[in-house]
Amino acid sequence: MPGLTQGSALSEQNEKVLSPRQMALRRFVSHKAAVVSCIIIGVLALFVILAPFTARYGVNQSVQAPPNSFLSPRSNAWLGTDDIGRDLYSRLIYGVRVSLLIGLASAVISVTLGALVGAVAGFRGGKFDDILMRVTDLFLAFPFLVTLLVVRNVLGGLPWLKPLTGEMNSVRFIIVLFSIFGWMGVARIVRGQVLSLKEREFVEAARAVGASRRYIITRHLLPNSVGPIMVALTFSVVGSIIGESTLAFFGYGPQAGDGATSLGILVGAAKGAVQTGFWWLAVFPCLMLIIVALSINFIGDALRDATDPRLDRGA
Amino acid sequence: MLRYILRRLAWSVPTLLLVTFLVYIALRIGTNPVESYKRVNPRASRAKIQQYIDVNGLDPNFIQGYFKWLKNFITGDWAPSIKGRREVWPALKDAMANTLRLGIAATVVGIFFGLIFGVLAALRPGGRRDVFINTSAFVGISIPPFISAILLQLLFAVYWQRWFGFSLFPTSGVYPAGHTGFDLFLMLKFMALPTIIVAIQIIATYSRYMRSSLLDVLNSDYMRTARSKGISERRILIKHGMRNALIPVVTIAALDVGSIVGGLIITENIFSYPGMGLYFLKSFGEGDFPLLMPWMVVIVASILLFNLIADISYAWLDPRIRLE
Repeated sequence: MPGLTQGSALSEQNEKVLSPRQMALRRFVSHKAAVVSCIIIGVLALFVILAPFTARYGVNQSVQAPPNSFLSPRSNAWLGTDDIGRDLYSRLIYGVRVSLLIGLASAVISVTLGALVGAVAGFRGGKFDDILMRVTDLFLAFPFLVTLLVVRNVLGGLPWLKPLTGEMNSVRFIIVLFSIFGWMGVARIVRGQVLSLKEREFVEAARAVGASRRYIITRHLLPNSVGPIMVALTFSVVGSIIGESTLAFFGYGPQAGDGATSLGILVGAAKGAVQTGFWWLAVFPCLMLIIVALSINFIGDALRDATDPRLDRGA
Repeated sequence: MLRYILRRLAWSVPTLLLVTFLVYIALRIGTNPVESYKRVNPRASRAKIQQYIDVNGLDPNFIQGYFKWLKNFITGDWAPSIKGRREVWPALKDAMANTLRLGIAATVVGIFFGLIFGVLAALRPGGRRDVFINTSAFVGISIPPFISAILLQLLFAVYWQRWFGFSLFPTSGVYPAGHTGFDLFLMLKFMALPTIIVAIQIIATYSRYMRSSLLDVLNSDYMRTARSKGISERRILIKHGMRNALIPVVTIAALDVGSIVGGLIITENIFSYPGMGLYFLKSFGEGDFPLLMPWMVVIVASILLFNLIADISYAWLDPRIRLE
C-alpha cells in the first residue's frame, strides 16, 4: 500500500509524461488488496449474472425428497440446506444477485441526486446551503438503525408515495429507501469539493467569458469531482448492501415473496441457526457478506488513493 | 469563552424542540399511534381511546398535538405504555442504566486500545506493523456488528459448550434467569461478548483517526525543533506528539456518539441485553408511542449534548473558533 506508491512515483519521473488518468490507474493497480478485490467482485458478478447456470438448484427447489431440512454440507448440497431443504449454495447466488442489484441501483440514484444537490449547494452557498447542511448533519448524527426504521415507516405511511415505492416489503421500496438515505453523505462530499474548486482560476475564467451557472456546474465542477463521486459510489453500494442486511436481520427487510431471497434474508435466518448449532446457515451467509463488503470497501479505498493526487506521497 | 458556551447552550433549546417536533411527526406518520393502540387493546371503549389521544397529544392537527404532548411531557404527566399500561419512566431509566454501563465499558476499552494501536501504527508508517494494524482496522470497520456478533456467539457460546463442555460466555441478558442482587463477576461475564462487539468498531475507527492525526503532528515543524533541541524521543512523543494528536481525536469522539449508540442498539438486540436498543426495537415494533417519544427525547438530547461538548472542547483548544 503506502510504501509502494513511493516506488512508482520515482519510476514515473524517468518515463514519458503520463496523463492524470494513467497516473490514477497506476496508483490503483499498486494497491494490491484492491486488485484482488476487483477479481473477487468480478468472479462474483459473473456467478451472479450466470445464475441459471452456476446455481445447482432453483431458488425454491429442495435438494432431495424429505427428510431434507438442515442437512450439513455434503455432495448434493455443497453448503448444506436450510429449514425446508433448499440448497444454501444456490440460494446464496440468488441472494447476492438481489443484494448487488439493490446496492447498485440505490447507489446510482443516490449519487446522482447527491452530486447535483451538493454541487448546487456548494456553488450557490447562502441559505439553501445552510439549511441543507443542517439537515444532513442531523440525519447523520442519529443512530443509523433508528433513522432507517423511522424513515422506512414514514415512507410506508404516506399513501401518495405508493406508486413510487411499491409495497413496503418489496425490493423497490428498499431501493427508494436507500436512495433517500444515501444522497446526503454524497451531497456533503461533493459540496466540499465544489467549494474548493469554485475559487480556482479556470472557473473564474469561465465566469469571466460569461458562462452560465449551469454550464459551469455541469462542465467544470462536476467533471472535476469525478474522483470523490466515484469513491462515494463504491461506499454507497456497500452501505446499501449492509443496510439491507441490517433491516432484514431485524425483520424489516424485503419479504421473501415466491422464495426469492437476498443476502439480508439469508443472514437474518442465521440468527435462528446460532442456538440450534446449524453452523453452515450462519457461517456461509455471514462470510459472503463480509467478502462482498470488504472487497468493495477495498476498491473504494484504492479509488480514493488513486484519484487524490495529494495522497501520493508514500505516507 | 463563557459567552460562547452560553450562546451555544441557548441555541440547543430551539434545536431540541425542532428535532423533537420532527420526530413527533415522523412517529405519527410512521407508527400510527392510535391504530396501534386499537390493535393492542381491541376492546378499548371510545372514552378510553379519547383519553389516550388526549394525554399523548395525538390530535389530528400535528402542531396543536405536539404542544399538547410537550406540555404533558414537561409537567411529568407521561402516558403509560399501550401494552399492559406500564409506567414509562422506570422502564426507560433501567434501560438507560444498562446501556450506559455497556456503552462506557465498550468506549473505554475501545478508545484505549484504539489509541494504542494508532500510535503503534504511526510510529513507523509503511512498516509491517503499520500495514497490519491499518488493514485489520479496515477489516474491522467493514464488518457490520451483527455479523461479528453472530460469529462470536456461535464460537464462544454454542460450539465452546460442545467442544469443552462449558460455555465461556453466555449469550443473553445481564444475569442468568432467576438471579437477584448484584454480582460483579457474573455481570462482567454476561457483558463480555457485547462489549467486545461494540469495542471492535470503536478500536478500528480510533486507531485510524489516531494514526493519521499523529502522523500529521509528527511531520510538523515543532517536532523537528523539539528533536533538534535534544529532547529524548520518548518525551517528544508523549509531550509534544500525543498531546497535540489527541485534540482532533477528542472532538471526533464526542461527535461520534450517534454511531456508538447505533452499534449498541444492534448489539443489545442480538444479546437480548435489556438496554435502550432492545427497548427501542420492542416499542417500535408495537408502535408504542408513549414509550417511544421519551426514548427519542433522550437520544436527541444526548446527541445535542455531545455535539455541544465537541464544540466547546474545540473552542477551548483552538481559540480562533470562539471569535466567529
